[in-house]
Amino acid sequence: MRQTTATPSSRLDPEPVARRDFLGIASLASMLSAMLLAGIGMLRLPKAAVLPSASKKFSVQLPESLPLGSPYVPPGRNVAVFRDAKGVYAMSLVCTHLGCIVKQAPDGFECPCHGSRFAPDGSVSKGPAPKSLPCLRITAAGDKFIVDEEVSVPADTRVQA
Amino acid sequence: MSDQSRSDSALRKFFTDLTRAPRRIYEAAFRSGAPVTDRTRSGFVFNNVFLHLHPVRTHRWSLRWTTTLGLGMASTAAFLIALVTGVLLMFYYKPYPDVAYNSIKDIHFVVPTGRFIRNIHRWSANLMVLMVMLHMVRAFYTSAYRTPREFNWLVGMGLLVVTLGLSFTGYLLPWDQLAYWAITIGANIAQSPRELTDALGVTSVVDVGGLQRQLLLGSDTVGEEALIRFYLLHVMILPLLIGVLMAVHFWRIRKDGGLTRPADADERLEPRRPDVYPVFTEAPQKTYQLAAIVRGRSSAVGRGPENTVPSMPHLFYAELGVLMVTTLVCLALSLAADAPLKELANPGVPENPAKAPWYFLGLQELVSYSAFMGGVGLPAIAVIGLGLIPFLDREQLGSGAWFGGPGGRWLAFRSAAFGLGLTLAIEVFAIRFGWIREWYPHVPQLVITVINPGTILALGYAAYSLWLVKRYNSARSGAMGLFTCAMCGFVVLTVIGTYFRGPNWGFFWSPADWPTH
Ligand code: HEM
Ligand code: FES
Repeated sequence: MRQTTATPSSRLDPEPVARRDFLGIASLASMLSAMLLAGIGMLRLPKAAVLPSASKKFSVQLPESLPLGSPYVPPGRNVAVFRDAKGVYAMSLVCTHLGCIVKQAPDGFECPCHGSRFAPDGSVSKGPAPKSLPCLRITAAGDKFIVDEEVSVPADTRVQA
Repeated sequence: MSDQSRSDSALRKFFTDLTRAPRRIYEAAFRSGAPVTDRTRSGFVFNNVFLHLHPVRTHRWSLRWTTTLGLGMASTAAFLIALVTGVLLMFYYKPYPDVAYNSIKDIHFVVPTGRFIRNIHRWSANLMVLMVMLHMVRAFYTSAYRTPREFNWLVGMGLLVVTLGLSFTGYLLPWDQLAYWAITIGANIAQSPRELTDALGVTSVVDVGGLQRQLLLGSDTVGEEALIRFYLLHVMILPLLIGVLMAVHFWRIRKDGGLTRPADADERLEPRRPDVYPVFTEAPQKTYQLAAIVRGRSSAVGRGPENTVPSMPHLFYAELGVLMVTTLVCLALSLAADAPLKELANPGVPENPAKAPWYFLGLQELVSYSAFMGGVGLPAIAVIGLGLIPFLDREQLGSGAWFGGPGGRWLAFRSAAFGLGLTLAIEVFAIRFGWIREWYPHVPQLVITVINPGTILALGYAAYSLWLVKRYNSARSGAMGLFTCAMCGFVVLTVIGTYFRGPNWGFFWSPADWPTH
């Protein structure tokens, strides 16, 4: 027989670990790790692998009569396409602060939500916005242009029709 | 006995049993009988799975209305009202963009009693937020967070966060202009840690902000995925969570020995009424819990039932009273004012001004200086600071008394004056003279991100409260200063955000001055 502790112990004292069943501890540990793994697996589900939003690439046809320097906003897009003396460019209208849609103002753009202001080239002139409004990549395709909202380009980039 | 008579009596017994069945079903469910003696009143509580979160007897101090002002119960009541009306709304609500808007419109204009139920839901939700905040304020000013109640204070913090989460996720569901732009702003606040990672140039490696936003929206734009996620949070995940937290919260009150009361509570109570007598005169030296003898200090060890009364009816009637008053207030408000519904969400044109629900307007004011600090940094600091209170104030003086501790009521007043003064001063300054970008247009973004007027306020409050710790030689005095200042800051910023901000978040003395395009 195996010797346990010298003094007789009360049922209320903790049992010495050595007397615990090794298999018991092992199965407890394996159960915990299985639950942990299952938990991590479940957390994986809500992070979508494929984003369901509409394509970020679209084509625009600029109206013939678009005056130099005034914006053309394709329906359903928060992007403005401009034509100036040097060519055509596209700028995002989504405020870099918290995502409201900016409006054209005499000195550039203003955001209705927390009053950020942007110069005509998109750079921040006032307010909490942390970044400039990005210029988006635009390429000419025949008489149309293709805008890609996911790629930004330097502010002075222009394309020729 | 003949066969005939045996079958006769069995038949008779069958019919008597049948007539007694309703009574027996009742007795099987409610085993202790009518609560008319102390014994059956106790059974009434501990034989009932719902009621037994309560103690069998309640200290008379806890029943004084100045002890709690009924605020915890009012929070519970508002939650229950929102729960019932929310389930009713689910009969007609459809969580899909545009369809959602129409279903709310149907509820508002077509469904029988729909508008009334929707109003009650809206009002009870707002009331719940208010009651939970006031309840926290009362727990703070009566020092009710001290040992052994630290953990229950933390559970309370969890309840506060989940309550705000429930309100905010509900705000999205109508899919109107308010909802759409509030959620756009909310999701981008979740993304704002990017300001920090961008400034450090590590966004491509760790993009906490982007991940948070994507988990919240289920997409990179606010659309059907976002709506179904908010719906799931609003009707399932958060209610379950708050239910669990509430159960723990209530259970803990019992296990912590009831509500906090001053050391001299027994002397300060009027003499006991003659019908209230101790059940046993010897205070227990041990308590028996869960099948084994528990050693050490449990809240009931060494304490007799002096000055307690049976919870049935004293506590339960008080609770029902608060429930009735809360219901009455919700009904009255719902008759007086309709829940708002703006135009259908339009992803191309923000509401101007796009205002969050009232309890976030203080944050929106801070966010209008810099998103990360105002929307994530300072709220996190506030929550951590609140959570630390019970672990830094380890004193005993004044527990259970309003404004107890060194300095007392006078200190609370002075802190309020300081808090109001400093917050107003900073806000007036920022509104009058602008903020960093206006003076130094080319300062690095990190400076703008971090130095928010709120940052200055937090530092000011903290310095003041450290000075109080030294001045009164007491952590409680410091906590009193800090908490009071933070509450004043919250109120001032919320009022400014609510009443003095208009289109483009400009400052206006009144909405009458707002430009009309
Ligand atoms: C959904 C939210 C909440 C509900 C329904 C709730 C409910 C309650 C109720 C019914 C009580 C009994 C006493 C009373 O009515 O004041 C109580 C006590 C308490 N609550 Fe809450 N509570 C909530 C949130 C909070 C929050 C946000 C805090 C603080 C951060 C908090 C901290 C406490 C503490 C420390 C006690 C013990 C008070 C004492 O010993 O005197 N609770 N709560
Ligand atoms: S979203 Fe444009 S300023 Fe806040």
